[in-house]
Amino acid sequence: MKLTLKGARVIDPASGIDRVTDLHLAAGRIVGLDAHPDFHAEKVLELSGKWLLPGLVDIGAQLREPGPRYKGSLESESAAALAGGYTRVAVRPDTSPVLDSASQVRTLHDRAQEVNGVRVVPLGALTQGLEGRLLANMAGLQGAGCVALTNLRRPLADARVLRRCLEYAATHDIPVHFQAQEAALAAGGCAHEGALASRLGLPGIPESAETTALAQWLLLIEQTGVRAHVAHLSTARGLEMVAEAKARGLPVTCDVTMAQLHWTDATLAGFDANFHLEPPLRREADRQALCQGVADGRIDAIVSGHLPHEQAAKLAPFAASEPGMSSLETVWALGQALVDEGVLDPLTLAARLSLGPARVLGQGGGGLAAGEAADLAVFDPEAEWTPSGDTLRSAGLNTPLLGRPLKGRALLTLVEGDIRHSGFL
Amino acid sequence: MIDPASRPGTPAQVQLGDDGRLRHFIDIEGLPKALLTEILDTADSFRGVQEAQVKKVPLLRGKTVANLFFENSTRTRATFELAAKRLSADVLNLDIKTSSTAKGETLLDTLQNLEAMQADAFVVRHSDSGAAHFIASQVTPRVAIINAGDGRHAHPTQAMLDMLTIRRHKGDFSRLRVAIVGDILHSRVARSQILALNTLGAAEVRVVAPRTLLPVDVEALGCRVFTRLSEGLAGADVVIALRLQKERMDGALLPSESEFYRHYGLTRDSLAWAHPEAIVMHPGPINRGVEIESAVADGPRSVILDQVTNGIAVRMAVLSMAVSGQTREREQRRQETQ
Repeated sequence: MKLTLKGARVIDPASGIDRVTDLHLAAGRIVGLDAHPDFHAEKVLELSGKWLLPGLVDIGAQLREPGPRYKGSLESESAAALAGGYTRVAVRPDTSPVLDSASQVRTLHDRAQEVNGVRVVPLGALTQGLEGRLLANMAGLQGAGCVALTNLRRPLADARVLRRCLEYAATHDIPVHFQAQEAALAAGGCAHEGALASRLGLPGIPESAETTALAQWLLLIEQTGVRAHVAHLSTARGLEMVAEAKARGLPVTCDVTMAQLHWTDATLAGFDANFHLEPPLRREADRQALCQGVADGRIDAIVSGHLPHEQAAKLAPFAASEPGMSSLETVWALGQALVDEGVLDPLTLAARLSLGPARVLGQGGGGLAAGEAADLAVFDPEAEWTPSGDTLRSAGLNTPLLGRPLKGRALLTLVEGDIRHSGFL
Repeated sequence: MIDPASRPGTPAQVQLGDDGRLRHFIDIEGLPKALLTEILDTADSFRGVQEAQVKKVPLLRGKTVANLFFENSTRTRATFELAAKRLSADVLNLDIKTSSTAKGETLLDTLQNLEAMQADAFVVRHSDSGAAHFIASQVTPRVAIINAGDGRHAHPTQAMLDMLTIRRHKGDFSRLRVAIVGDILHSRVARSQILALNTLGAAEVRVVAPRTLLPVDVEALGCRVFTRLSEGLAGADVVIALRLQKERMDGALLPSESEFYRHYGLTRDSLAWAHPEAIVMHPGPINRGVEIESAVADGPRSVILDQVTNGIAVRMAVLSMAVSGQTREREQRRQETQ
């Protein structure tokens, strides 16, 4: 269908465009911007006052498939992604069973086809069962469609296994994603090791759990030449280390979760298990440094860190609760809050939520150039809404924003020109 | 920053009713000096009950107190049981072993069952920090929750019985230098003591330990940090030794018990650094020859057995205050709905 999206504020980080204009689509592709006298739309959507962006791209969300249904399903979590303005989501391999074989990946592909929602891009397991001992069938996983491999923050048996993983991945030019955490330094911890965790008696995860692991990884990345992505940075010092590695020309990118840009360990005071996250929320100085890193581009992407849970997972004392936050649907509103606070301009926000992560995944997207697939999101920056069991699509209601009024929400989400989410009008 | 609205209340909000009276006793943090003093005064009055021929008062007659111990304890549970019985309450003792795989669910299920039994107070001990707060704010807001120790977080009745002991021996807090020696890192007792001493206006609170047994940024709790015993004890009016768990050696926190004793043990020699009139306290149970010398534990400056006696009085005070706070709230609600 030929479609014209008329009068929206078009924000395209790939070209640097940020102005009110029209965008034309045909056959699932972008035809172009501005006036096209010979383009005859079958349908025109009037979008004045709305923001039109490349569809958001996420890295490392948990869409709960395969896995236990009580935590969510591809149907619920794909709907959540689309409702959040996402068109492409790279999913974590710590599913049940683990995404460590080509057949698991193909099954997931089939399910994604069936659900026909957000584009699902698998991140495969780096080691068999994510157990950190034996290499996964990396080339096989790549062949089945994995864009990168990761052990998440699960430990590798030793530095030798890590080195071999990186060498083998480099052999096949498969990027490796990782969350930097030295398991022994983080053991038993559930909160940033600082004054507040000390007061509350919560076992801490020190900054050095991130930085010592990061040092080891970066040195072995340098040695092996593998392309790597640091997921979910949490400390100012960690950011410095990654930025220094980038400056020296290492093939490294990094992301931060939206939660880290908003909250600090000060949220622990009420023992609210919804703030039990991995990595933990850190100090205000870390938050500010991460915001700065997002603004100046040392951080390539802002991701959701989406990890939906059933209610019982959080109904426990803080340390005994399961870590993670359901967040795909609230990232945009929190991003808009960063714009309102003057941390980011809209173009930079769009870059970190779409173009940046799209480049990390290397599968295109993140721009509005003619000829590109029409993966788009239209946001209503004035929409006021409150996350609740009625308004959220995700099966996970584990967000501290439940019941909290927010501003800004996706109005339309198009995948290859197909309107897969339209709502809240 | 977006400030979430839905998070559970701060300790002060959870523990105090709208009229500022106690309805749970979970944490020293957030409680005003007047309330801590009220607890001490009430406990003082119960000391008389303990010395009477008939050691009972009818304050909690017809009420049920359930002791929920998710973690082993002999002494704390016994003194809570005695305190409840001396208030004429019915007492239910439950030892609940947590399975490490499904702690949260076990806790939740257990509590829902117990709530249905219409208990008026839960005395809770649990290995997770924040467990008592979680129960009070999320699970059973209508039952008075008394924290008998949660993880490394708080042990407020222990801190208050220590405060009562200090007050009975030393009087005014404002002139006192108090040194807490030993495993501060794992100690909920130390955390609650530091907060209580600060609220009651102690002149100086010190902690003395090797760096492996000190929490990060512990100064922020309101104490001075010493790593040498001679400096930490210098001129101290009150010296509190903490129990050193045997398993600390396994975690690479200390080389050996004997090395700890040599550097941090309270002995007749090391006590010479403190004020000549200093009293010696210990929350028990004591490891003789590890954190304290027998001659000190049993010596003239030791008030360790006094602490035990005061423990019953403080627990009577807290139980009666919190249960009456809850009862008052319930009656107000009933009147409002009628």
